[in-house]
Amino acid sequence: MDRPLRLISANPVDRVARVVEGLLVVASQPLSVEDLAVAANDDPERIETALRLLGERYGEGRSGIVLEQVAGGWAFRASREAAEACARLFERPVERGLSAAAMETLAIVAYFGPCTRPDVARIRGVAADSVVAGLVERGLIAEAGRDAEAAGAIRYRTTPLFERVFGLESLAALPRLDDLGGEPDEIRARLEAVAEKRPA
Amino acid sequence: MIVRELELDLDAFEGPFDLLLTLVLRDELELAEVDVAEIVLAFCDRLEERGRLDLDACGEFLVLVAALLELKARGLFPEEELELSELEPEEAAEELARRLADYRRMKEAAAWLSERLAGESERFFRLGPAPSYGSWNQPPKIAPQSPERLGAALRLLATEPPSLSLGHMALRFPPVSQFLERFRALLRRRRRFDFESEVEGLSRVEAAVAFLAMLELRKAGEVSLEQAASFASIRVTRASVEGREQEWIARSA
Repeated sequence: MDRPLRLISANPVDRVARVVEGLLVVASQPLSVEDLAVAANDDPERIETALRLLGERYGEGRSGIVLEQVAGGWAFRASREAAEACARLFERPVERGLSAAAMETLAIVAYFGPCTRPDVARIRGVAADSVVAGLVERGLIAEAGRDAEAAGAIRYRTTPLFERVFGLESLAALPRLDDLGGEPDEIRARLEAVAEKRPA
Repeated sequence: MIVRELELDLDAFEGPFDLLLTLVLRDELELAEVDVAEIVLAFCDRLEERGRLDLDACGEFLVLVAALLELKARGLFPEEELELSELEPEEAAEELARRLADYRRMKEAAAWLSERLAGESERFFRLGPAPSYGSWNQPPKIAPQSPERLGAALRLLATEPPSLSLGHMALRFPPVSQFLERFRALLRRRRRFDFESEVEGLSRVEAAVAFLAMLELRKAGEVSLEQAASFASIRVTRASVEGREQEWIARSA
């Protein structure tokens, strides 16, 4: 709580912190340490120190603005305390009305991407065309080249916006595939158990 | 219970089961978009409402749903049909289990994402591109230029270009009248001649003019033309007075 005085001190790190603070206010997408270092014309280590300093100042409960590490960079957002007021004034159109089909498709693209629409259809058992188009329109997934093996089908990957909307530092923050259920052996045992019960 | 009258309310379709089947068979509804599991759930709900097991309806429903599933599978994986049909039963079971496992994992991942999104509903942030983002971290696209070079380039553009010669566009060919005279003179000596042998040795343009002259003669009724087949030699015959009269009579009639 006694940090504000430090930010206006003559300490060189404080000066960098003020520059970084300014950059993050102007940016509307997360900036990486490298981006900030190039813009501030300073070395990455000092930027990281400055970010730590800003993190202490802009934390939940301390400020209406919160500094967070998200989507491979650093960004400001409104504090949770201000969420109710924000909700009265602003919408969250990107994630509004995401269907279960869209969530499954997002999960497939996040884990197996870049992947094609036929890849998604193969796993979900339902054509993915309209769902994929909807996710592209929302900016949660984007084209990522073509698959030479699958007759040039367009491949898709998740975007930094996806990570930001879901509050992920990066895709590595998703649960590991092994930790999710669905062991083939267990499923097979269940299939066989059902088959055995069936009268011959 | 009549299976075909089962009312459905799906994402891709709303109405009786019978109509859904008709639309699918007429290719007016993409079966790949239809969630068959929801149809099964709707049927189970209906069964439960009735409170007794209708075996006839169940049998009919199973047959219809199995057919729908097969059609849908064929539509979704046309290229895999052959590949999978070659699998041994043991391998096919393994493949099925693997795919079901993948799907179950993705369902769980989707549930995790939904939960995460619900937890993040209080996070508000600004969206959209930052002002001039990227201009500082990308190399300039144009190398530095000197004003003198720009001036020299403009001076080049300001000079009047040399006038273009259109000489090469003029086609040099003899007048049609020259060939008209030549053919008339020929027909005075002979009753008939072969067009190809007359134009032999002439340039392509000259041959074309000769052809025009021949058509002129035909138009004036001075000659008649015969050709045995396409691209065969054209025979030009002097029209007789009698022939011309007959032609005139035919036209008048």
